[in-house]
Amino acid sequence: MPEDDAIRCDACPVLCYIKPGRTGACDRYGNDNGQLVRIDPHVVLDRAVTRGDSVVPFLDRDREWDGSIVAGPENFVTAIGAGTRYPDYKPAPFIISSVVQGVDMVTVVTEGIFSYCGVKVKIDTDRHLGPETNTVRAQGEPVGHVTTSEYGSQMLSLGGVRHLTGGSRQEGTATCETLLNLCNRKPVELTIDEGATVIVQAGKPPIVDGTREERMRVGCGSATIGMFAKQWFGKVDEVVVVDDHITGVLSEHQAGKLLGVPETGIKMKGRRSTPGRYFRVAEPGTAWGGTNIEDPLSILQNFNPKIAWPKLRLLMVSTTGEHYAYFELNETLQPVERELPDSLSESVARIKENCEPALSTALFMGGAGGSLRAGVTENPVRLTHSVRDALTSVTCGGAPVYVWPGGGITFMVDVTRMPENAFGYVPTPALVAPIEFTLKIKDYATLGGYMDHVRPLEFIMQGEGRRHLSARPENPWPLAQPKASKSDPRSDP
Amino acid sequence: MRQRAQIGFLPDGRRLHLHDGPIDLIVEAFGSPSEIAAAYRVAAERFVTVLDELCGELPLLRQPARKDGPFPVRVIARRMFEAVAPYCERTFITPMAAVAGAVAEEILGTMTSAANLSRAYVNNGGDVALHLSPGEHFVAGMVERPDCPSLFGTAVLDSMQPVRGIATSGWRGRSFSLGIADAVTVLADRAAMADAAATIIANAVDLPGHPGVVRVPACDLAPDSDLGDRLVTQEVGELSSAEITAALDAGVFLAQSLLSEGFIGSAALHLRGNTRIVGATAEQCFVAASKPAQSRSLIHA
Repeated sequence: MPEDDAIRCDACPVLCYIKPGRTGACDRYGNDNGQLVRIDPHVVLDRAVTRGDSVVPFLDRDREWDGSIVAGPENFVTAIGAGTRYPDYKPAPFIISSVVQGVDMVTVVTEGIFSYCGVKVKIDTDRHLGPETNTVRAQGEPVGHVTTSEYGSQMLSLGGVRHLTGGSRQEGTATCETLLNLCNRKPVELTIDEGATVIVQAGKPPIVDGTREERMRVGCGSATIGMFAKQWFGKVDEVVVVDDHITGVLSEHQAGKLLGVPETGIKMKGRRSTPGRYFRVAEPGTAWGGTNIEDPLSILQNFNPKIAWPKLRLLMVSTTGEHYAYFELNETLQPVERELPDSLSESVARIKENCEPALSTALFMGGAGGSLRAGVTENPVRLTHSVRDALTSVTCGGAPVYVWPGGGITFMVDVTRMPENAFGYVPTPALVAPIEFTLKIKDYATLGGYMDHVRPLEFIMQGEGRRHLSARPENPWPLAQPKASKSDPRSDP
Repeated sequence: MRQRAQIGFLPDGRRLHLHDGPIDLIVEAFGSPSEIAAAYRVAAERFVTVLDELCGELPLLRQPARKDGPFPVRVIARRMFEAVAPYCERTFITPMAAVAGAVAEEILGTMTSAANLSRAYVNNGGDVALHLSPGEHFVAGMVERPDCPSLFGTAVLDSMQPVRGIATSGWRGRSFSLGIADAVTVLADRAAMADAAATIIANAVDLPGHPGVVRVPACDLAPDSDLGDRLVTQEVGELSSAEITAALDAGVFLAQSLLSEGFIGSAALHLRGNTRIVGATAEQCFVAASKPAQSRSLIHA
């Protein structure tokens, strides 16, 4: 059977063994020095036909999208379905010229194969998903890690070349599939070592350990005290806002002091930071306020009998208003749960109301490497300089990107601002993402562009293999003229 | 992952393109718009499971066919087996020789059983299954060398003839060949039959031991080829006109035998610009390229 220099292609169930320099039964995947690569036919239209991309979608015409044109008052050709030119020393598949406000512009359209790429996921939840730097898994394979959390959100960093190509075949495949699904806005189940299982879908609420997250917290526990102290004053004697980060206590908090809230003799567990602010009242978890507690009283010690009094009214509430309980002290100063009075339910509802909907969001991040740039110009570094100098604008499926400062063209894009199903993959494994470079034709010539490959927009508009999409109103028009000044923002962060 | 099979229209918006792994189909149906839509819908639904079905029995389908079995189970695999079974005692052949035609037949059959179509074809990389209702006809364009398509002639196929399948085989094509034919095009009642027959006729167009023919064990090129260590043609050097005649004679001899046994309707054999035609209906079928096509033609490579 296979000799050691043949590789097995897993692009389809035929599972061909492919010798170096040869292709499989499909003539589409080949063995390039031991690497499985997608071989591109020489002719653009051939490629369009054989890939089935940039043809008019057959089923669900109005829902799915795989074509190549974003239409508006003018037209912009996106790279989706344009194909790519592996190994990229050839001109990009489509180099389209158009006239914008009397200026000849050119858009170089290609699909890039990104080995150096990943997805940064922001999950709006205070629930503890897992310790920072712990491994994130999909299908049991490591695909990323937990990174620095942000205000009200947990952050995951997924993908990257180490998981895509540096580990086992299964690890690479699971990583590629995870990135592809996230980028194409499909749900993905992720499990964090020593942490939670979370279902993430760009633009949709996260589902943490089976519970759908509804709202972000309004602020930390201390901030919540500050925001609502006035509304509580006079209606309740003590309020504890339970929060995994900073739990707030009304009577001790600066806001309570200013209002003249008397001491209550409450004693909190955890470590006191400044008056009325406590760290680590419990362990992180997925219950009250991102802690592990189900019973809020478990974070309280006995009230000080010299200060507290029977019938003392105590409200405990989480930073999202999802958890709350109302207590009154009995004769022995033990809290006894009572029904939440109407006068307080309004403030709990307001906490909820002030919490924004919790979402998972995904930014695709990739680096346009040397070979991709070579499809744009014969002198690749000039493209980088041109992007730096804001002469060339970069878009991703027509969506604005943020180009990271420093060397190279490393960019981020919000996948929900791109057309659906804009991403593909190759079994290398690596992600295929659309990327468009738009610049004045004069500048394109200057940076060594493939001038003899420039074709007018009508070339695409007269063909039939295209799909018209309305431009998203929230996105700046990709053909808005790039500015010549370095200080101008070249993209929309 | 994205659904593996790709289903879409070609840029003309008329022909359906179905692609999955090594299977690449161009489909066109003729009839009322609603019937065409119904046909395309069932074709697409049927298509998505075809490759998985075939791969489920791939080891068996790569073995030389034997009349005493074992027999494949799934419908397309059985059709492949049935198409090659008549030849398994006289020559080496595996059911894979008929895979393209058998898939084309299956998709065509799915469409014609669900919709009322005047005409339809399923072109699987040059192996074509046809549907013709009474009074209809197709004009098929033929190419001499699959690697540099240019029409050398056309074949008129009308509903009065039993031909519903076209297939081409040759060493320049996508599959390996044991022979040196540039292309052998066969018309038969069904696409799978045409596919199997074209394969063995192309294998028979040969000059065994000729020093100008470069042959390599198939498994050296594709380790899992159904041809195993059999020598497949990779290059054909200079041939004298006598050698061309001798090679074609060998193919024509087999083609005439298949014709008399009723397995094929006609065959056109090409080698170095020489064409030999076999079949009673050949005069009606194969028409010179200079004659303008009477109706929409399908390019057949």
